[in-house]
This record gives sequence, structure tokens and C-alpha cells, in this order.
Amino acid sequence: MTTVQDAVPGVIGTRVLRREDPELLTGEGRFTDDLKIPAALWLGVVRSPFGRAKILSIDTSAAKAAPGVVAVYTATDLQSEWAGPIPSAWQVTPDMKSPAHYPLASGSANYVGDPVAVVVANSPKEAADAVGMVDVEYEQLPAVVDLEDALSDRVVIHSELGTNVSYVWELNPNPDGIKTAFDNAAYVVKERYIQQRLIPAAMEPRSVAVVPSPMGGDYTVYSATQIPHILKVMLGLTVGISESKIRVIAPAVGGGFGSKLDVYPEELLCLALARKHRLPVRWTEERSENSQATIQGRGQVQWIELAADANGKLTGVRADIIADMGGYQQLITAGVPLLGAFLYHGVYDTPAYAFKCTGVYTNKTPTDAYRGAGRPEATYAIERAMDALAVKVGVDTVEIRRRNFIPTESFPYNSPAGLVFDSGDYAANFTQGLNFAGYDALRKKQAEMRASGSKKHLGIGISFFVEMCGLAPSRVLASLNYSAGGWESATVRILPTCKVQVVTGTAPHGQGHETSWAMIAADKLGISPDDVEVLHSDTAISPFGLDTYGSRSLSVGGTAVYIATERVLDKARKIAAHLLEASEEDLDYAGGNFSVKGSPEKVLPLAAVAFESFTAHNLPDGMEPNLEASTSWDPPNFTFPYGTHIAVVEVDEDTGKVDLVRYVAVDDCGNRINPLIVEGQVHGGLAQGIGQALFEEAVYDETGNLLTATLADYLVPSAAELPSFELDHTVTPSPTNPLGVKGIGEAGAIASPPAVMNAIVDALSHFGKINIDMPASPEKVWKAIQATKA
Amino acid sequence: MKVTLTVNGKQVSRDVEPRTLLVHFIREDLSLTGTNVGCDTSSCGACTILMGGESVKSCTVLAVQADGAEITTIEGMASADGTMNAVQRAFQENHGLQCGYCTPGMVMASYSLIKENSNLDEAAVREGLEGNLCRCTGYHNIVKAVLAAASEMGA
Repeated sequence: MTTVQDAVPGVIGTRVLRREDPELLTGEGRFTDDLKIPAALWLGVVRSPFGRAKILSIDTSAAKAAPGVVAVYTATDLQSEWAGPIPSAWQVTPDMKSPAHYPLASGSANYVGDPVAVVVANSPKEAADAVGMVDVEYEQLPAVVDLEDALSDRVVIHSELGTNVSYVWELNPNPDGIKTAFDNAAYVVKERYIQQRLIPAAMEPRSVAVVPSPMGGDYTVYSATQIPHILKVMLGLTVGISESKIRVIAPAVGGGFGSKLDVYPEELLCLALARKHRLPVRWTEERSENSQATIQGRGQVQWIELAADANGKLTGVRADIIADMGGYQQLITAGVPLLGAFLYHGVYDTPAYAFKCTGVYTNKTPTDAYRGAGRPEATYAIERAMDALAVKVGVDTVEIRRRNFIPTESFPYNSPAGLVFDSGDYAANFTQGLNFAGYDALRKKQAEMRASGSKKHLGIGISFFVEMCGLAPSRVLASLNYSAGGWESATVRILPTCKVQVVTGTAPHGQGHETSWAMIAADKLGISPDDVEVLHSDTAISPFGLDTYGSRSLSVGGTAVYIATERVLDKARKIAAHLLEASEEDLDYAGGNFSVKGSPEKVLPLAAVAFESFTAHNLPDGMEPNLEASTSWDPPNFTFPYGTHIAVVEVDEDTGKVDLVRYVAVDDCGNRINPLIVEGQVHGGLAQGIGQALFEEAVYDETGNLLTATLADYLVPSAAELPSFELDHTVTPSPTNPLGVKGIGEAGAIASPPAVMNAIVDALSHFGKINIDMPASPEKVWKAIQATKA
Repeated sequence: MKVTLTVNGKQVSRDVEPRTLLVHFIREDLSLTGTNVGCDTSSCGACTILMGGESVKSCTVLAVQADGAEITTIEGMASADGTMNAVQRAFQENHGLQCGYCTPGMVMASYSLIKENSNLDEAAVREGLEGNLCRCTGYHNIVKAVLAAASEMGA
């Protein structure tokens, strides 16, 4: 007698608790630095204390004689170890200029934290002690810190390039249209904004450990990375080791936000020195090293111009930005600003659009992707400029947006920048957001407070964002000159006992992929997610993958899981049809059981098919045993999440202090697989975006010295600085993928900085025009108020 | 120098360099790697443990200062059969963690906050956890988790 499996109701859309949590909550989770590796040598990195300096000499003798020290190396000593420079995968223009960049600087150091020598010792303490004994003689040189100063070439950092300009990238598909728009505009807004540099500050500092196989030849690389697959390829190419000899494992990874989307000097050094010493070599970053030597985010001067007709309807949008590369190119440094290049008109319909970005070198830590990467910058510029336009036209900030939204009926929308926005109903989401926040009541309260003469000023700030995520169609990446594709792989195996293995090429570091991917497979198979295990982040288990960044994992990687599951089920259906002596078309599948239409007694559970496929005793002629399917899915388009964000602040006129009293977010990320996780992603993004608006800035002095290198100086918000968030959502499924999902990882960080800043400007609007950049510290706010009185 | 202390109910004795921080002693000498190091300025709270029942950042204490003390790390929070305690459960049920790196410190700080305060409200939880940084959750669900655990623990 056949046992029929109990039907499991669909799990997609339910709040399944995370399977990742118990080990992380009990101390069982293993981060890279937690690994016990016998006989490992430890690196200590000697770093430049100057923003720009000539390296005159390096005396390693005292360090070499120190207890526990095995070796000390400079750039010269390791020159023969490198098959190539530190990889830069995004040559955004054919003539982009990049300085040579190797794991140890030779000749000159170009940012505080630039590695100049490395100590190899028997313990981390001995390595750290010896770092202080390496005597480097520097000649400090004038540094370039300010972006407009960099552009002037007053001081050229890399003399071999002849200029500080790395590239100029332009998008101007309709130059006549732009000219006409600005020539004939009833209103023109021209604004200059600063995107301050941010330190990603993942709570787990970077860590890497390379273990050579005892007989030599093979290397296992453990790294706190978001990109085990990309890292493997790059390590092989850079250190000159066959890719087939390298296995990269990302154990538990403690947050990334883009900062672990890179190939770092320390990863290359550990691998090269493990090869040289034939011993495990490892390194764990200290927090101050993390601030100096892990990439930073943002760093732009933005000019944005809007042209509008007499009704305040946009006729042209033009953006011109200077983007800070830092001292060198890292993995995708040059490309990050261009991820926003297509979005400076935001959610607003405009016939003409132009964008230009000039990338410049400075004597600061290299920049690269940080949560949102290019899109927060674009959203900030357009959303603040739209508020400025509203003032100019003399209408409410709500009204100016309503007049300009891309109409719902025009989706899929061919954007003036050349994108196709997949789906959206901006007006409906906006109305829902305003109602949820109680916008009219807030305006009334604001008026009352102003009438009362209160020194506390209520401000309401709106930001409506759209982002392009789900990176990315490989052919589009090719057109942007990016060196890799944008597909994602998945394998689904149904084991003999009907337990399911999902193998993914995504590499989670806090996002809960194990839980969500199990839900996707379980939902399709009609089984419990508990019967699905998810394997990832080990290139020996998951050989193909493009990892986790750019809110791509669900819409690309999750879709791959969905498709592979579908393929496995197709094969199971063929076997079931054979066993039930029915045609495939006559089979129904639900709740983990195949049944014959019209003959409800003829039922076969998936478990029976799984076992049959394993024994292979009675398979259709020519069919291979086992239930397994793989796919590499390349998305046909980006996805375009969007939403209404509303910040409510109280600004103290006397002190300039800003209290964020409410934050409302109504996101549309398409279908939601696990709302619990979706909300968590929004919360985290909001905290980082609010941090940018109010607290965070990597501050450098004129010599290139980083003044905010510790968490005592760099203000990552704590619980005490933030309110609880008020979330709601709309659902506009994406037609780009069969799950109808869009992505949510970066939304909060993209939408919130302009919401908060618009709220501050709104709070003080009765004083006059408020000019203020992020972070809106009490001092800056107070000064902005005083400036209106001058 | 020799130190003897009680860790998660078991007495341990080790020779340590005088400069050894308690957090390094816990991680390296005792191999209890649940306690994490997130900074070098006592700002982040990832290394929070209980010492004599009160939460302390174990990077602010030398191992030798802990001689004779009774300490609890995250590994000592669940019961012997692996059942998580009320705070740990509340963190999972409220999605109070994402990457999990700050989580052990956050759980220890929350446990002590609940034990030391009756009638915790949202503002008190936010103030009470000011010394523990999380970069993933925006604290929203951590606050919910702590309030839920407080209610279950009868605080």
C-alpha cells in the first residue's frame, strides 16, 4: 500500500523563522577567526601612517629578530609572487587610467593604511608586536583630499598617469532634447550636494586563513567574503595558481554591505605566503585597520539640474558628478557611481536626460560598493532636487511628485536613460504611504507647532525611490564593460529518502538564504522546508556562482533555485507517469503526491519516485538514474523595486539637534518570499541610511589622515539613536522572473537619506532656504539656521 | 600568571601573560569562540559576557582581573540539552539577528538588562543597549525581542 504524503500548504509568503539562528544564538556559529588551524602563521601588516608619502627605506632587521617572527617582507621581496596586480574588474571606459596596485606598496604610499610591509609570526600578538618594530622611513608629500582639488591636478598623485582623473563617463542619448528642455524651461533648479564618504563597518572585521594541503599543491582559503566564487577566480589569476587548486570557503560571515565584495591585499598575501612557507597563513583585521584598509562607500560631489514647464512637469534632468576613487582601483571601484547613472531622474517621467561622471583619485582609502552602490547617490540627488523644485514652483512636495510620476499605464517603461522599468504603480504606493503616515495630520500638527512659536520645529520629509537591482543581465554588463556575467546557478537534488539538497551560487552573510531558498524549493515540491537543506559558500560544493551583492540573490539566485526545482519535478513527473502507467499530461501534482486525473486512487508520492530514481530498477527506457537538475539563470532584465518613505523629525532651533521621531516606509519589492526577512532587510537598510543622513562620515584632514578610524569616532547609530520603524508594503510582481520578486536588501539605505534630509529642510523652511549636507550634525544644522538669519 | 575562574559553571585554570585581555583568554585559551571581537575601543559590545552576573565588555577586563570570578559566556546560556533560553528564543522568534556577529554580546547584554530592570519599556531597552552595536537589524527587532523576553521572564 502506498503511503500518501500529507499536503503541506504553500510556504511562500509566510513568516518562517530562520534556520540560521540557533547556531548563531548559542555561540556555535563559526566565523573565519573562530577556526582552529594548527601550526598557522599569522600576518601583521605594516601600514602607511601618511596619506601620501615616498617610501625612502624599510629596515626590517629589528622586527626579524623579534620573538616568534618567522619572516618580514617588503614589496621587493614578494615581487616574484604575483602573476598580476590586485584585480580591477571594471574598466568603465577604454581609456580609463589605473595606477599599478600590488598587495604591498613600493615607491610611494597613497592612503593612510596602504600596506607597505608584512610580518609573518607564530601568533597574532607576536605579529602585532613586530609590526611596530619595522622601521619605515617616509618622505611625506602633499596629499589630495578634496574632490574638486583632485580635479584641478594641482597635485598629481600618480605621476605616471599624468592626471588625477581616472575616467570621464557620459550618457547623453538626446543632447538636443536636453538643450531644448533647459532653453525653454519655466523653472530650472540647480543644486549641489555632497555624498560624504562612509565606512561600511560590518561588525565582523575581515579575516582570512589559507591552508595548504599537507602534500602541497592545493589550497583551502577561508575568508570573510561575500564573493567566494569571484575570489577564487581572482586569487588564481593574481597569485598564479591554477583555479582548480584553490577552494574558497566563506564560513559564517558577519555582514558585508559591499565591503566584503572585493579582493584584498591580505587575501593575496595569505595565499602567496602559504605557498612560500608551506604552512597555513592567516590574518584578522583590527577595527582601526577595517576603517583604513577596507573599502569605503559613496564619496561624491553631485550637481543636478532640473528643467520643468510652467506646471512643474519635468522636461529635462541633467546630473554631473565627481566620484572619489581613493588611492587606487579596487574590484569595482570605477563602476559603482555608474550603477546610479541611469537613475538620476528617479521615478519621474522626463523626455530628456543626461549624466556625466568624472572619477578622480585622492589620497584616501579606495572606495567601492557600499549598500546601494550608486543608487543611494542618485536617489538622494533627485529626491532633494524635487523638493527644491516644489519650492520654486510653489506647490507641496506631494503635489510635485504626483505631477511627475511615471504613469502606471506606461509600464514596462522605456526610460530616457535607456532602461526598461519592469513594473510599478507609483501613484498607488504613494497614496498608501501618505495615508499610512497620516500626512495631512502631520502637516496640521506642523502648522500648529509653528503657530505656537515653539523652538522645536516639526519636519516631514518624503522620498520616493526606485532602484535597479537583480544584477544583472550578462549582456547589459558587457555593454558596461564589466568583466563578469550576472547569471546565478542552482542545483536541486532529491536524495533517496526524499530529503532535498539545494546548492546555490549565492553567498549569504546575514540575509537568511538558507531559510528562503528552502522555502522556494519546498513550496514548489509541496514538502516541508525542514526537508530541504541549502548548501552554499564553498566552491567545492557549489562550483559555479556569482555570489551576493546588489540585491541580486533572490531575484537571480532564488529564481535559479525555482527553475532547478521545476526541472527536477519534470523528471520526477516522467518517472511517476511511467510507474502509474499514465501519460505525463494526465498527472496532477500537489502536496508532494502525483495523481492521475480522474482516478484519485492512483497516487504516487514524490518519496516513492525519489527512491525509484535511486534504485533505478524501473525507470523509463533511456532515463538516467537520480533526481537532480541544475541551471545557470541569466535574468532578461534588472528588477525595479520602489517605495514611499516618510521621515518625521523635530529640529531644536537652539541646539541644531535633530530627533527622528517617526520613520514610515512602504516598499514594493514585488512578491515577498518571507515577510519576516523582508522587513528585517528594510530595517537594517534604514539604519544605515539614517546613519548617513545624521551621523556617519569618514573624516580626513588635509594630509589625508583619517580622523574617524575607530567606532568611538565613527558614529554607527546605536539603538538609542533610532526609532522603531513603521512598515507597510504594496505588491507589484516583477515580470522579469517567475517568482515575481524584485529585491529588498538595499532599499532602506537608498530611500532614507533624502527622506531625513528633506524632513530637516522642511522643518526649517519658514526660516528661508536651508543649505545643508549630510551628516546633519547639530553643528551643521545650527549653522544652516544661522545662515538664514545673516 | 596563573588565573583560576569559573566559566559556564566549570572551574578552569590557566597560565596567562599579564597583558592578556579576558576576551582573548576566553576565545584563545578556552576555545569559546562565541564571544566575538568587533572593535578595539570598547565601543561595539560584541564581546559582552556576564561576570558575577553583570554584563561586562570582556575587552575591558584583563584575564588576571577575572581571577576568582564567575563568568558566563554565550555558550553557557542554553540549557545542557541545547534548549535556548528565553532571550535566545525571543531573538529567533522576532528575527532579532541577521549576520549573528553582534548577537552573542547582544544576548548577554539583553539578559542582564532584563535581570536588572523591572518594567522595561522600549525607551529603556534602547538606552540599555546603547553600548552594543548591530549593523544589520536597525535594532527594531532586537528591541521587540528584548521586550518579549522580558515579558516572558516576568520582568
